[in-house]
Amino acid sequence: MTAEAHAMTATAHAEPHAAAAGHSRGISNPILGMILFITSEVMFFSGLFAAYFATRAANQPWPPAAFKHILDPLGPIMLATILLITSSFTCQFAVWSIRKGDRKGYIRNISITFVLGIIFLIMQVYDYSLLFGEGMTLGSGPFGTTYFTLTGFHGAHVFGGVLMLGVVLYRGMAGQFSAKHHDAVEAVSLYWHFVDVVWILLFSILYLIP
Amino acid sequence: MATHALSPAVPAYRGGIYEWLTTTDHKKIGIMYVINSFVFFLIGGIFALLVRTELAQPGIQIFTNEHVYNESFSIHATVMIFLFIIPMLAGLGTYIVPLQIGAPDMAFPRINALSFWMLPLGGILLLAGFLTPGGAAAAGWTSYPPLTERGPLASPGPGQDLWIVALILIGTSSILGGINFLVTIFKMRAPGMTLFRMPIMVWTVLVTSVLVVMATPVITSALVMLFIDRNYGGSFFNFQTGGIPVLYQNVFWFYSHPAVYVMVLPAMGVISEVLPVFSRKPLFGYKAFIFATAGIGALGFSVWAHHMFTTGAVFLPFFALMTFMIAVPTGVKMFNWIFTMFRGQLTFSTPLIFAIGFLTMFLIGGINGAFSAAVPVDFALHDTYWVVAHLHYVLFGGSAFGVFAGIYYWFPKMTGRMLDETLGKVHFVLMFVGFNLTFFPMHMLGLAGMPRRIADYAGDAGWNDWNLVATIGGFIIGVSMLPFIWNVLVSLRGGKIAGDDPWEGNTLEWATSSPPPPYNFDRLPDIRSERPLFDQRHGLLSGGHGGGDHDDPAHDDAPKAIPAGGAAS
Repeated sequence: MTAEAHAMTATAHAEPHAAAAGHSRGISNPILGMILFITSEVMFFSGLFAAYFATRAANQPWPPAAFKHILDPLGPIMLATILLITSSFTCQFAVWSIRKGDRKGYIRNISITFVLGIIFLIMQVYDYSLLFGEGMTLGSGPFGTTYFTLTGFHGAHVFGGVLMLGVVLYRGMAGQFSAKHHDAVEAVSLYWHFVDVVWILLFSILYLIP
Repeated sequence: MATHALSPAVPAYRGGIYEWLTTTDHKKIGIMYVINSFVFFLIGGIFALLVRTELAQPGIQIFTNEHVYNESFSIHATVMIFLFIIPMLAGLGTYIVPLQIGAPDMAFPRINALSFWMLPLGGILLLAGFLTPGGAAAAGWTSYPPLTERGPLASPGPGQDLWIVALILIGTSSILGGINFLVTIFKMRAPGMTLFRMPIMVWTVLVTSVLVVMATPVITSALVMLFIDRNYGGSFFNFQTGGIPVLYQNVFWFYSHPAVYVMVLPAMGVISEVLPVFSRKPLFGYKAFIFATAGIGALGFSVWAHHMFTTGAVFLPFFALMTFMIAVPTGVKMFNWIFTMFRGQLTFSTPLIFAIGFLTMFLIGGINGAFSAAVPVDFALHDTYWVVAHLHYVLFGGSAFGVFAGIYYWFPKMTGRMLDETLGKVHFVLMFVGFNLTFFPMHMLGLAGMPRRIADYAGDAGWNDWNLVATIGGFIIGVSMLPFIWNVLVSLRGGKIAGDDPWEGNTLEWATSSPPPPYNFDRLPDIRSERPLFDQRHGLLSGGHGGGDHDDPAHDDAPKAIPAGGAAS
């Protein structure tokens, strides 16, 4: 059987010494955990996106006549999009800084990211108030339901990301990160990029696809 | 083993209530998972007995109205699936996986505790529905809209909302647990424990965790959409405002079919640990079993719409074909198990008997499932008692028997004491007989056209006798829990002392004391195969000096210290 085969052939003793270092090799636990968490988040948004496309296909014309021009890609939302994409870059600059041990550069970049995230949230609230003013709500048919659910859950994730950024900013200012020890920063930046990518997809399907 | 001498006597299962409430030890958390799941098993069982009592004969007997009956079967199924089977297997995994891979704990111990504590909270929220006006959720465990839309004829009360919130909580618990398992398995294995030397139990938990991480968020999205529909006037599933009711079914089953494998794969893992040990043979086709497990996991994502054949909204040939295909890796596993036992030296201890119960009952569940995979047959059998028979043969005859095999197998490790064999066998016989009396007649009822989820039926429909038999069987299952509970209570105090390795096991959990110390291992044997303890016992570790004193690790040059706490971060 396989067991005997293993036992008989695996007589070389050199191997376990190489494997003994196995714990510290490769990706770290928190980063792997974050990647898996993002995987689950991707599946969560997949469910919502699937619902969006199914509902959209079943409800033509889309957008409905009452909300024909309500979602204007060139409005304030374009500015919010540019700010969020920029924040993804500054977040990555922060990661590169701390990888080199540059704490000042790290704090500067992560602060900018943090502020950009807050500005995005404020702009989203403002955008919602404009839409509410024109009578578009969660309850106004499939168009409103899908729009507010998708952007609302994305906004909630941005909010979560801003909280995480706040934590790594605070910890960075307390001097807890160095070129060697900054797993939390790497994990938060992965999450922030994910939030950014979701927004790019959302912006494309909600605003750009005719 | 050496563990006795080196570690101070730290009983892993005693200690103040405060210690239990705040623990991050995977062994304590695993035991709490198991106890919590068993309590919910009893609660779900009481609802099942209420349902069976109502159906024993035609007419409305014990319930004041049909709505209470609807609540009973809905809560029965929800509790059994989400608060018994899934967390029970997760709990066994939480206890066993770090031990089997030679790790000191899970990768994220505090998240592990969080995963557990969400479960009782979710369960309480679910059952709190009974206290609300309108009662608990009553739309079946699937909670299809439009039944679950808010409306006087559907589900007006907050019970359905509590059901949604409870399931989101339990789902989040699953996801966090799945992430924790994956990181633990990928990052915390002992030196020498390559992927293809991992015990099968660990492999099944790995594949299960992939399913959990990829599928559970999808049902979360379905539940969120349902919640928005019910509470904020959304139109996802409300056809009157342009929503699509079948959309819910798609999103729901995209999780809930892979969830079927979440519910059975770890039980298969338990069986694959038990059968080799009590047959005194290695598992037949170790790698084939792993590939079959991975195959089931992958195919599991492509069969969800076979629950929706009769909606007319799915591509029938594809989903029928995929459903038949998923029987192939399952069949491979049957061969693995049968040929593991073939010509083995079988010891008919309670764990093996429950494992054989799993094999036979799961086989029936697989065969009657393949019937309903055929589209024309399914059109006739959809939503009849045939389906109820099928799912109970898989989930009760399969998973629950596997769970009990695991409890009898690992109880000595968890507590340091053996369960009583005679009581265990009484438990098995009662449960096996009761199970078949309950669920085999449901095949006949289904073929005779009895729909599921009805509180009453005509006395001249020809369903009276089998319903009575099923009800009697249901109560026998209920009675079968008594010797088990008695067995556990008595054995905790007066059971035979187990010692480190009462079964002559193959895997690493038997290399430490029973119960293990909080940090699990002082020393690990060298790991050269998927059966490190077998190798150690038979002196296969150090280039074949097999003549040595096989039970004394001090005379074996193989064991070596693991880096203390090296994996914790």
